[in-house]
Amino acid sequence: MTDTAASLPISERRTQSQAWWNTVNAWLLLLPAAVLLVAFTHWPILATIRHSLFITRRNGTEVYVGLDSYQAMAADPIFWKALVNNFWFALGTIPTSITLALIMAIWVNRNMRGRGFLRLAYFTPTVLPMIAVANIWLFFYTPDYGALDQLRGLFGLGGWNWLGDPSTVMGCLIVMVIWKEAGFFMIFYLAALQQLSPDLEEAAAIEGASRWYTFRRITFPLLMPTTLFVAINAVINSFKLVDHLVIMTKGGPNNASTLLLYYIYEVAFTFQDSSYAATLTVVLLMLLSVIALIKFGYLDRRIHYQ
Amino acid sequence: MFARRTLLMAATFAALSFGAARPAAAVDLTMYYPVAVGGPVTKIIDDMVSRFEKENADIRITAVYAGNYTDTMTKAMTAMKGGQPPQLSVLLSTDVFTLMDENAIVPFDGLVSDKAWFKEFYPAFMANGQVDGKTWSIPFQRSTIVLYWNKDAFKVAGLDPEKAPASWDEMTEMSKKLIKKDGSGNITRWGVEIPTTGYGYWMLQALAIENGQKMMNEAGTEVYLTAPKTVGALDYWVDLSRKHNVMPTGSIDWATLRTDFLEGKTAMMWHTTGNLTAVKDAAKFPFGVAMLPAKERRGSPTGGGSFYIFKSASPEQQKAAVKFIQWMTAPERAAEWSMKTGYVAVSPAAYKTKAMEDYAKGFPQATVARDQLEHAVPELSVHENGRIYKFVNDAVQAAITGTQKPQEALAAAQAQSDRVLRAAK
Repeated sequence: MTDTAASLPISERRTQSQAWWNTVNAWLLLLPAAVLLVAFTHWPILATIRHSLFITRRNGTEVYVGLDSYQAMAADPIFWKALVNNFWFALGTIPTSITLALIMAIWVNRNMRGRGFLRLAYFTPTVLPMIAVANIWLFFYTPDYGALDQLRGLFGLGGWNWLGDPSTVMGCLIVMVIWKEAGFFMIFYLAALQQLSPDLEEAAAIEGASRWYTFRRITFPLLMPTTLFVAINAVINSFKLVDHLVIMTKGGPNNASTLLLYYIYEVAFTFQDSSYAATLTVVLLMLLSVIALIKFGYLDRRIHYQ
Repeated sequence: MFARRTLLMAATFAALSFGAARPAAAVDLTMYYPVAVGGPVTKIIDDMVSRFEKENADIRITAVYAGNYTDTMTKAMTAMKGGQPPQLSVLLSTDVFTLMDENAIVPFDGLVSDKAWFKEFYPAFMANGQVDGKTWSIPFQRSTIVLYWNKDAFKVAGLDPEKAPASWDEMTEMSKKLIKKDGSGNITRWGVEIPTTGYGYWMLQALAIENGQKMMNEAGTEVYLTAPKTVGALDYWVDLSRKHNVMPTGSIDWATLRTDFLEGKTAMMWHTTGNLTAVKDAAKFPFGVAMLPAKERRGSPTGGGSFYIFKSASPEQQKAAVKFIQWMTAPERAAEWSMKTGYVAVSPAAYKTKAMEDYAKGFPQATVARDQLEHAVPELSVHENGRIYKFVNDAVQAAITGTQKPQEALAAAQAQSDRVLRAAK
């Protein structure tokens, strides 16, 4: 009697303790990632938001100023310039680089001679270090004796100060970034294309669908998850560009090529104004969060994942 | 077992080599050093550092080349906030207010036994570094802006190749003659180029001085960007490209301008004398160097970098740093540095050394920037220097690229500067 009475709670205790161990185990497994996320993502975000509400005096004390920095930001012409520039930059780079990537991927997905070489050629810009890329393009854009102006010279046109003119500098950066990004995105499309079942295409061919129709109604919809992934990456990259600016234009002339992140860098490190830099960072964070929300909340539901 | 033994051996080696690299009483110093001109500047500095170390076995110096002046200042400030500042650095002489405000540096007065040392340098170079009766920096990589001209281009244009323009009007007129066009009417050689990136404020200050206008007050709390003569200076600069058509439109890059000149793309350029040796070594044509032309007067701001010692360094490190700086700025070294780069040697005694006298005899261009010192004015230096430079540089670029009229651009920069400088008053 005592045996049965004692054994029941024991087995119950065992299942209970097992459930408890399961929970502990799960948390332990999550812990490394969670610690990293909290330490390097969530905590800095909170600290940044807090820091944007304070200013640091020369003697090191912090003073609460509320939304003062945000008001100063609203009145800062360079901030607005950087924001508008970033908008045009994103608009200029994202659709073109994605379209190009798709075309290139379809092109090199066919059976043909020299396919490996072509793939490599398209991917090369991505492998090159950012600084090297900037220097290569600096040579293209140099007025008078740069590659581009020498080409113009063949047609009897005079030199053009590509990076020194506010009307062309942004276009020059956009072209360079498209060149760099398209090859990278192509790899994703290429991988996705090779996952597609050839049955669908064959079936479509038997039904007499044209190639364009097949692409429009079958291939492209099936590539949507990749397109979404690539698009999100492209948007984020368009806010992350800073290396090229440091090498090529320093945001000039007269802020014509300043992007938000470069301005944050300048404020934080050149001007040593960390609280204003925090304010600008909060804006960047908000922008990126909105994009992430649109992706997870809206676009994901409308896309067919296989 | 094997792994453990290797590890142990590695640790022992590390400990040994660590010990060997540091003699018991050695003082380690880290120095940040900015490079703003062409030529093998880093090699020259490395060589001088290693010679100093040979003479002073108890001091070890690591020179860190951090980019141009702005980059180096950025790196120094960031390192300081991160708790790892260098012990000494060459930074713009004009960063003095910012460095004082950040509580980063110590004055030299308490570190040297004899203040007579300060009197050995050209007063024009000491001006930026002496604030509140104390000496905060010692000049080293110092310069003025000079005019380089291509004598071959002058000959082709029918001008006297030995005579540089002495006034603004002369420069405009000569530039018009120096323009060269190809068959289809495109300009293949410009008359003159004044750089607009990086140090636009410096060039504007030169023009303003020549026009008879100071750009800031001595306390570093005010700038005079909307003064009619400052606006007039920028007007002239813009007119060179937009009215007289002798300078390319759009911004002109500081770093590539030397190449433009060497390639014969421009007959004249305004640039730091620090580029002199690099130009001399690479020029395939005879060239001259002259003081900047005058409007109301001759003039150039001084420029370049001075040695600073950081407050956080230990007393031994500060002592060692002073020793190094005294060694570097001694007349023979100052002369050597000047000959190898083109920067102005910082003391009159350097020009009296035999080596320098011989060099100047064969290459009289070497002393032009020094001679210009008598017309020189301290470089624009105020509190919040980094920000003010950006406002002025932006205004210069806005005007040069035709985005704004000089008057509007400078008015915007003045308003922004006033707002930032309010806190400094």
